[in-house]
Amino acid sequence: MTIRRRIYLALGFLGALHASVLLASFFAPYDPEVQDRELPFAPPTRLHFVDERGRFHLRPFIYACASSSMPVAACVEDLTRAFPLRFFVRESSAVEKANLANQGAELGASESKRRHWRLFGVDQPARIFLLGSDGLGRDQFSRLLHGGQVSLLAGMLAAGLALGFGLVLGAVAGFYGGWVDELIMRSVELFLALPWLYLLFAVRAFLPLHLSAVQSFFLLIAVMGVVGWARPARLVRGVVLSARERDYVAAARGFGASDVYLLRRHVLPQAFGVVMTQAGILIPQFILAEVALSYLGLGVAEPVPSLGNLLAELQQYHVMASYWWMFLPGAALIPVFASYYALANALQERAGVVPT
Amino acid sequence: MLRYFTRRLLHGLFLVVGVSLLTFFLLQLAPGDFFAEMRLNPQMTAESVAAVRHQYGLDRSVATRYLLWINSVRKGELGFSFAYDSPVACLLWARARNTLILTLSAMLLSWLIAVPVGLGCGARPGGWSDRLCLGATSSLLAIPDLLLALGLLFLAVRTGWFPTGGMVSPGFDDLSGWGKVKDVVSHFCLPVATLVLGTVPVLVRHVRAGVVEVLASPFIRAARAHGITRRRLLARYALRGAAAPLISLLGLGITTLLSGALLVEVVMSWPGVGPLLWEAVLARDLYVVVGAVMCSTLFLVGGNMVADALLFAVDPRIRTE
Repeated sequence: MTIRRRIYLALGFLGALHASVLLASFFAPYDPEVQDRELPFAPPTRLHFVDERGRFHLRPFIYACASSSMPVAACVEDLTRAFPLRFFVRESSAVEKANLANQGAELGASESKRRHWRLFGVDQPARIFLLGSDGLGRDQFSRLLHGGQVSLLAGMLAAGLALGFGLVLGAVAGFYGGWVDELIMRSVELFLALPWLYLLFAVRAFLPLHLSAVQSFFLLIAVMGVVGWARPARLVRGVVLSARERDYVAAARGFGASDVYLLRRHVLPQAFGVVMTQAGILIPQFILAEVALSYLGLGVAEPVPSLGNLLAELQQYHVMASYWWMFLPGAALIPVFASYYALANALQERAGVVPT
Repeated sequence: MLRYFTRRLLHGLFLVVGVSLLTFFLLQLAPGDFFAEMRLNPQMTAESVAAVRHQYGLDRSVATRYLLWINSVRKGELGFSFAYDSPVACLLWARARNTLILTLSAMLLSWLIAVPVGLGCGARPGGWSDRLCLGATSSLLAIPDLLLALGLLFLAVRTGWFPTGGMVSPGFDDLSGWGKVKDVVSHFCLPVATLVLGTVPVLVRHVRAGVVEVLASPFIRAARAHGITRRRLLARYALRGAAAPLISLLGLGITTLLSGALLVEVVMSWPGVGPLLWEAVLARDLYVVVGAVMCSTLFLVGGNMVADALLFAVDPRIRTE
């Protein structure tokens, strides 16, 4: 495959992944916070095509779990009634409705607000858990999509921030040289040398522990951006150093171009390839950082789902040993990372570097 | 030679001082401290909270605290832990040893695996072994460390082949000498395996890239023209030529390995610096955080020193500098 085609393939796959995560509220059958205390740790719901009498149905259907008081590790299917899968439903979340009804009429307003299209769903009282449910009976699939939204966005924003810092500082260091260069490069060495997770922990240690989910999300991004600027800065500096010596830059300067103009017009465009490659490397790294911090309870906090705090339930051994579907949020990271790395590899190869 | 090593030593010193300054001045950003939550306790008056804070010097300015801390470093205490009520150095010492054992053996093992594999892959760029290698490493790379650790732990829980955490079994002290070794080694397997699986693909790719680059250079072609066998060419010429960037990677790779070890230690409850740092962050035990970060920096500087010495031994170009 040509390099160009590989780049497009990776970009296309990443685009599809991000689109499905972005439209989480459409693809997910339930809201991520909706609980069903009757069904904790329900295994993934089986989709059936052939019913009891051996007849084949084109439209898949599910059976509801016979509700039992014991913890439902194995779902005993209630074969008396089949619930066909419905597509493009207006309001699928039966339990949500029931909850709202229980909580009284004052929530009626929010009910109408929440109503929107979903790709698929089933009638109540059955619930469809494509990837099982967690300890509070929340749908893992819906939480995975919504959590992916949080994690991927955190990765991208943090990478954007780090690349922004790196671009500006690297350009300034390379373009002006002298003591500015010296200062910036020394701090680059400092940040590069530190084990980044330790640094991340240290920075996080100095921030307040109890934060709202939104605050902690943005703080997390800021922290990761601050920690990760060093490598792009160094690479950008290298590019700028060689670019500023070119004849056309000297010529433009001779015509009276200002520093800002030179940087913007002639020097920084050369750094584009480096920045793109770094983005391909940094974004998965930051996604992983978010996952690690949230797993350890230092990142995005419940009830907002993120891939990290979805995995956090595995900290209990009994969950890890008995409910394999709790690993799926982690497994979902593999295609994301694989395509980012493929993209970074292809970009490196295009730049004539042997990919590492 | 002396100049080279003095310069590297100074650089290491700069790193240590820089990191300590950095962590300390980030400390200034902290709203609230270890004693902040005491204010919510109705049995504590505002005065007694203030008295405790005064006792630990938390009401001083950052610069003063830094000097005080330097002073305690000089005494070998590395500051004072609020939560454990003891000098940080005492807490850190045994845990640093455990982290070092874990990291060093993981590093050794992954280099032992990565160099031959990378050499084999880079020997024929584009060949089937190269493709296999690239495919395998990229799929391993795509698996996040955390998932790897959790997956191996799952294996341990389900099969019972390995212990699921810690460094020794409960009855460790009663075991015989050989039993003790066996016990530690069995606890050792999972964390080391996680770290090795995480680092090997990165290393293999670097070794491969280095070998591919060297094999394309003219002196290799000349050597081949002289009729030197392929095996000898790879082992003696290509590997040596590719050694310089790899050795600097050895120094830098410690950074990644330490970060990986932090996570693995917490997940697999290995009694290293990682869990200590995690608890200290949650408890806002600031001097322990600073101490743990300093500890990792020291490992790093030590690793870089070793890498520099190796580089000096391997690469004659540096000796002439």
